[in-house]
Amino acid sequence: MTRPGLLSHLADFVRALREAGIPVGVSEGIDAAVVLGTVDVLDRRQLREGLASVVVKRPVHRPNFDALFDLWWPRVGGPTTTDDDPDPPVPDPEALRAELARLLLDGDDDALRRFAREAVAALGRAESTPGRQSFFSYRVLRALSPDTLVAQLLDALLAGADRGGLAEQVARNTIRERLATLRAAIEEEVRRRAAEERGPDAVARSTVRPLVDQVDFLRAQQQDLAALRRTVAPLARRLAARLAAKRRHGRTGRLDFRRTVRSSLATGGVPILTHHRPHRPHKPELVVLCDVSGSVAGFSHFTLMLTAALREQFSRVRAFAFVDTCDEVTRFFAPGADLVTATQRLSREADLVWFDGHSDYGHAFEVFAERWPEAVGPKTSLLVLGDGRTNYRAPGTATLRGLVTRARHAYWLNPEPRPQWGSGDSVSDVYAEHIEMVECRNAEQLAAFVGRLLPV
Amino acid sequence: MPQQSPQFASVSDVGKRLAAVGYLTDPAIATTVFLADRLGKPLLVEGPAGVGKTELAKAIAAATGSGLIRLQCYEGLDEARALYEWNYKKQLLRIQAGPDDTDWHSVHDDVFSEEFLLARPLLAAIRQQEPTLLLIDETDKADVEVEGLLLEVLSDFQVTIPELGTITAVRRPLVVLTSNATRELSEALKRRCLYLYLGYPSAEREREIVLSRVPDIGGALADQIVRTVRALRALELKKSPSIAETIDWAHTLLALGLDTLDEEALRSTLGVVLKHASDHVRAAGELRLN
Repeated sequence: MTRPGLLSHLADFVRALREAGIPVGVSEGIDAAVVLGTVDVLDRRQLREGLASVVVKRPVHRPNFDALFDLWWPRVGGPTTTDDDPDPPVPDPEALRAELARLLLDGDDDALRRFAREAVAALGRAESTPGRQSFFSYRVLRALSPDTLVAQLLDALLAGADRGGLAEQVARNTIRERLATLRAAIEEEVRRRAAEERGPDAVARSTVRPLVDQVDFLRAQQQDLAALRRTVAPLARRLAARLAAKRRHGRTGRLDFRRTVRSSLATGGVPILTHHRPHRPHKPELVVLCDVSGSVAGFSHFTLMLTAALREQFSRVRAFAFVDTCDEVTRFFAPGADLVTATQRLSREADLVWFDGHSDYGHAFEVFAERWPEAVGPKTSLLVLGDGRTNYRAPGTATLRGLVTRARHAYWLNPEPRPQWGSGDSVSDVYAEHIEMVECRNAEQLAAFVGRLLPV
Repeated sequence: MPQQSPQFASVSDVGKRLAAVGYLTDPAIATTVFLADRLGKPLLVEGPAGVGKTELAKAIAAATGSGLIRLQCYEGLDEARALYEWNYKKQLLRIQAGPDDTDWHSVHDDVFSEEFLLARPLLAAIRQQEPTLLLIDETDKADVEVEGLLLEVLSDFQVTIPELGTITAVRRPLVVLTSNATRELSEALKRRCLYLYLGYPSAEREREIVLSRVPDIGGALADQIVRTVRALRALELKKSPSIAETIDWAHTLLALGLDTLDEEALRSTLGVVLKHASDHVRAAGELRLN
C-alpha cells in the first residue's frame, strides 16, 4: 500500500507536470497512484517508465517529464552536498580526461553516467555566496573539454582505417552520440544537486523547456530548428490525411444519371437510390512569397518546407523568395528533393540581393509584380511570409494591394507577436489594412492556419 | 467480472519471458507490459513504422500462451466489420426453409439467436473463455467514429446487441493497440490506455536484436551494421531506417557473403535500408560514398 507521504509527493509531482504543460487529468492522477502501488518503487527505472506510461500520452512531452522526474524522484545513494568534503582534494584534470577518453571509447553508458556524477562533484563546484555551494555544468565541461578528445577517439575507433570515407563518418556519429550522453548526464546531475539545495519547485521552473510546436520561430535555437524540421513531414502528412477525410465526408457532386437509371432497373424502373459523381476537389494554385532575410530566416525556411511538403494538395505551388529583390525558388523544391539541401541551395544560388542585403519589401513587391505578372491570378491563393520590417524604406503598399485584388485569397503570415506590429520600422499595421494578416509564431499556429487554408 | 490472476509475476519476469519467445525488451517495454497486465488496461503502442509494435503484441501472446485475435484497421472500417454482424443469408434460408405453420414470434426469436450471429474480432475477443490477446492494429488508419466504438468495448469490456442484450467479457482479454501517429488519437481513447512510445532502440539493444534474429552474423559485423544505421538515422532523412530494415540488412549482407561493411557493400545494398531516392542521394553525399 502507498503511504500518505508518498501520495502527497506524487500529487506535487503531478501538479508540477501540469504546470509544465503536460495535461494530466484526474483519472490519470489516480492511475499514477495505482502504478505507485504496483511497481517496485525502489527500482527507479520501473517507476519512471510506469509513471510515464500513464501520464505522458504524446512523445513531445517526454523530455519535460524526464527532467521533472529526476527532480522529484532523485537517485538516492549518490553523494549529497552535505556529505561532501568541503575542501575536496583538487583532482588532476588530465587523469580525469584520460579516464573519460577510455569510457567514451568503451561505450558503456552506465559507466559514463557514473563518471559524469563524479566529475560534477569534483569539478563543478563554485561558491556562489559564502556558505552556499552551487554546481555548474559549464565548469565541468570546461575542465574536461570533451570536444578536444574527438581527434584522439577517432584515431582509436578507426584503428588505422582510411580517413575520409564511410568508416570515419560512422565513427564520428558514434562519438557524437556518446558525448551527448555525457552532457545530458552532467546536466542531470547538476539539476539534481540544485534541487537538493533549493527544492525541486524552484529548479523545475528553469529546466522545463517549451514544447517543440510552441517554440517561437524567431527565438528558436539551432537544436529547436532541427527538431522543428523533423516535425514537418508528419505535420504535412497529418494535414493531408485530415483533408482527405474531409473530402470523403463532403457533399457528393452532380447526379450520375447513367448509374441511377442502371440501378433503377433492379427496382422495376423506379429510381429509389440516386447515384452521384464524386465531388471534384477544388485544387487551387498556391503562390508563396517569402522574406528570407536573416531576421526571419528560421521561420521562412520552415514554412517553405511545409508548403513544399503540401505540394500534392495543390495543383500548383510556386515559391518566391526575396530579401531586397525577388526570385523564383520553386525549382529547389522539386518533388522528392531533399529539404535541407534545398534551403542551402536557395540561399546560395537564388538571386535575392540587389542593393545591400537588408529587407526591402517595396522593391521586392515591385520586382515580383513586374517579372511574374502571370503568377497571381483568380485561382491563386497568395501567401506572404515576413515580419513587415522594411528598414524605413518605401513599403510598396499599392503594389501589394494590386496583388491582393488579383488573387482569390491572400494571407500574410507574421512571425512577430501582434502587439509589436507597427512598432519601429515595422509597417505590418499598414499592410494589415490591405491583406489579412495572421500571427504565426510557432508550429502549432502554423499548422492551424494551413489547416484552414487547405481546400475542402 | 471475476478477478483473474495476472499473467506476469514481475517486471523482470516480463523481460525474461518475452526474451524466451525472441523479443528483447527494454525497461520501458517491460514495465508497461507488466502494468497493462496488472491494471487490466489496454496498451497503446505508438511509434514509427518497423520498430516492432505488432511484433510486441505477438510476442506477448506467445509468452502468455494466449490466442491472438487481430483487428486490422483501415479507412471505412465499421461496426459490422469490427464488432458483429447478423448472418443475413442464413437467416433468410431459415425463414424460407421453415415449415409454413410456424408462428412469427418463434421464427423471430430463432433467427436472432447466437447461431446467426457472426462475431467479428472485438466481440470474439470478449466472448473468449481462454486467455486472449486482442491486437487492434494501425488504429490511426480507422475513422474517428471507430474510436467511439472502441471506447465502450475497452472501458467496460462489454458489447450491447439490441436483439440479444449485453454481452460481458467472461475473461478480460489483454488489449494492445498500435498506431503510426498519422493522426492524433482522441484524448478519450488515450486516457483509457497505457501509453508506450516505441522509438528507435539504443545501440546496445539493437545489436542484441540483430544477433538474436540473425544468429549467423558475427558480433563485429552486427556492431558495424548498427553503428552505420545509427549514422543514417542522424541524417535528416524522409524515412529513417528502423529495426526491421536493420534486420533485413543483416540478412542481405549474410546472403551476399559479405563479412565487412565497407563503401562498396553499402553502395550496393543501400536500397535495403533507404526507400526514397532523395534519401539515397543524401546518404551517399553525407557518408562520402562517391
